Amino acid sequence: MNHQPVSRRTYFLVYLGLLVLLAATVGAAFLDAGWLNPVIALTIAVIKAVLVILFFMHVRASSAIVRIFALLGFFWLGILIFLTMGDYLTRIWLPPV
Amino acid sequence: MASITFDRFRENYLNAGYTARSWLLTLDHKRIAVLYMISITFFFFVGGFAAVLFRLELLTPQADLVSLDNYNRLFTVHGIIMIFFFLVPAIPSVLGNFLIPLMIGARDLAYPRLNLASWYLFMIGGFITFGAVVFGGVDTGWTFYTPYSSGYTNTAVVATIVGVFIAGISTILTGLNFIVTIHKLRAPGMTWSRLPLFVWSHYATSLIFILATPVLGVSLLLVVAERLLGIGIFDPSRGGDPVLFQHLFWFYSHPAVYIMVLPAMGVISELIAAFSRRRVFGYTFVALASLAIAFIGFLVWGHHMFVAGQSAFNAAIFSGLSFLVAIPSAVKVFNWTATLYKGSISLDTPMLYALGFIGLFVIGGLTGLFVASLALDVHVHDTYFVVAHFHYIMVGASVMAYLGGIHYWWPKISGRTYPEWWGRISAALIFAGFNLTFFPQFILGYQGMPRRYATYPEEFQVLNVMSTAGASIVSLGYLLPLIYLIWSLRTGERVGPNPWRVSGLEWTTSSPPPTENFSTIPVVTAEAYTDFPEDDEDE
Amino acid sequence: MSETTTTGGAVEVHYQTPEEKLELNRLGMWVFLASEVMFFGGLFTIYLVYRWLYPQVFATASRELDLVLGTINTAILLTSSFTMALAVHAIQAGSRRALTLFLLLTMLLGLAFIGIKGTEYLHVINEGLFPNREQLLTLSADERPGQIFFSLYFAMTGLHLLHMLLGLLVIAFLIVQANLFKRYSAADYSAIENMGLYWHFVDIVWIFIFPLLYLIDRAS
Repeated sequence: MNHQPVSRRTYFLVYLGLLVLLAATVGAAFLDAGWLNPVIALTIAVIKAVLVILFFMHVRASSAIVRIFALLGFFWLGILIFLTMGDYLTRIWLPPV
Repeated sequence: MASITFDRFRENYLNAGYTARSWLLTLDHKRIAVLYMISITFFFFVGGFAAVLFRLELLTPQADLVSLDNYNRLFTVHGIIMIFFFLVPAIPSVLGNFLIPLMIGARDLAYPRLNLASWYLFMIGGFITFGAVVFGGVDTGWTFYTPYSSGYTNTAVVATIVGVFIAGISTILTGLNFIVTIHKLRAPGMTWSRLPLFVWSHYATSLIFILATPVLGVSLLLVVAERLLGIGIFDPSRGGDPVLFQHLFWFYSHPAVYIMVLPAMGVISELIAAFSRRRVFGYTFVALASLAIAFIGFLVWGHHMFVAGQSAFNAAIFSGLSFLVAIPSAVKVFNWTATLYKGSISLDTPMLYALGFIGLFVIGGLTGLFVASLALDVHVHDTYFVVAHFHYIMVGASVMAYLGGIHYWWPKISGRTYPEWWGRISAALIFAGFNLTFFPQFILGYQGMPRRYATYPEEFQVLNVMSTAGASIVSLGYLLPLIYLIWSLRTGERVGPNPWRVSGLEWTTSSPPPTENFSTIPVVTAEAYTDFPEDDEDE
Repeated sequence: MSETTTTGGAVEVHYQTPEEKLELNRLGMWVFLASEVMFFGGLFTIYLVYRWLYPQVFATASRELDLVLGTINTAILLTSSFTMALAVHAIQAGSRRALTLFLLLTMLLGLAFIGIKGTEYLHVINEGLFPNREQLLTLSADERPGQIFFSLYFAMTGLHLLHMLLGLLVIAFLIVQANLFKRYSAADYSAIENMGLYWHFVDIVWIFIFPLLYLIDRAS
């Protein structure tokens, strides 16, 4: 792990990118795209989060074990969301016992 | 190994300071473990006392000893105290704290101050909850189901939840400490594949601590918000869904049972190896099984909600996954049994607990398959069958593992031996009393006696009386170690580093160990469980 | 250089080099952040379930939120992440002065965020949108899920706000440590880096909260 893995210029470019994405997500909200709206909004949010994680949080330059733990929470949250939503999504199809 | 002359005046972690300050502001993981040991023992007897009271009530079919409301409070107290303030912390915070640095060749955990903070948070949470349940009373059951807990009960729910929440933070910090310690502080040569299985189990447990507990935390906070502010997130009359609370609650509370059993399995691996004088059969599979149990354990929570109102599709998925989690558990049982085969068995007290564990864990686990099957569970859900199933695991397995571990490592922790025959008698009493208490409950549940009721139909009385009789025997069994272990601090024979003559880094230090654990950090060259002293060697 | 301190009976010898200390504490921080993901994640799960159950109600309710203030706040937080990253960068180069400057800037931006958030809260409460037990029971069955949106709004942004307040307190503490006690240098900045990790995480939570709460359906 070296001192100053990320330069000020990179930080600035990432910051600009984040602002652009913010404008994009607000703008996209005014488009009437039905079910695509939340998909676009969340995709942009994920890209922003990934930029923050990789560059601001130095994960791009971090050790493997740090990267695993950085990912772990999000993966686990996926389990919670997936199996919980699975209940609600299938209640009409196969009602409760 | 050169023999070490025992010097009773040698500095160790116990005599390095006698003031209250040196204990209450200690950063030594071993002292913190002892602080935890005292605290959880207190909570164990509080929770146990509540059980004594309601088992006495259940001697007769009518509610004649306590009122119906107080009966609800008793089983709630029992559940909350036993789960959050005894079972969850017992093995990790006592034995884990004491042993992990010793077993990996480190001087302490990664964050000693955080470790002390964990204990203080535990005590603060325990103090609040104890006050709330004893002086106010809570009657929701330890499961806090909404909307009863969040809007309709007039009991001390908020205070109780605050205490549990704070204790939960304590466990998250402990899990964090263990994970970083195991990753970063292993001695040179102590590779992952040389770690004692006790450490593997605690690593898997720590993952559960950090990933599951926060979800409980946030759902309990919302119950408090619902009670205090009137929001309706879980109240159907205000548009909320009570089943959603259950999803979030059980997302933690099912992995929580693995928090309670994985460390116990870790202890058993050590005991079986030590008292068979053999390396655990299939070491790699047992280690990986710990991780598998932790992972799959996160995927099964819906089996607590088969009749709660979730979709049948989801229920079926959870049922299938629940069968899956039995596999790594079975792998462990097979491997322990294989370790015993042609081992040099000695039936000391810890081994009695370990063997008892295997038998009772098998019964508990097999009955788990009963309740995991969707159709059967519809019949036995909320009956004593479920109560018996989980007590076979949580008491029959976890508590016995805790006691086995305490006896095994007692010479290391205290520097003294306990009276072996009293140990064996207590183990036998506990085993017999436990089975008499809980086996009748399988029958009661199957015959339809519901749980959490103070009254029952006449025809169930005989089995209830048997169960209460068992409870009195097992209570005696638990009291005996409390007495003779404390007594041994004065009268027990003093021991050297390795009184059991077994393998493991913790047995290379003096008993009790010095504060810094090792004068020089060891360099490890042997695989786990391969360094048993030969019979002719001086220990 | 090995660090050996004896405090309260324990000898702490855990790292030999600054890199080892950084790595140890970085791992600890990420383990903590994983638990924080699950903590907020529980709320997000509840949100997702109710949004799926009551899409129209959520869309209507979302439009009550002030999009301009929300967007400005998001921009403020992103900027504060930028200044925090620069703060870490500064101390990696050994400059306590630049560190203090960027930490102060981060604090200012954080306080601005809180100020704007407070204004939003007052607005929502004055509009009578804060869930209220008596009011709730007068609502029709169709209207009641609306209070769930606002309950979640306050729960999610409130929890986020709490984390920000804690973060600001710690930043203030770090500024005091750096200036009064001359702590932190290019060889010892683990605390600053971990502060950065925490701050960026709180920013990421907001990055998800913003579209979920404010941008449900602005097209109508």
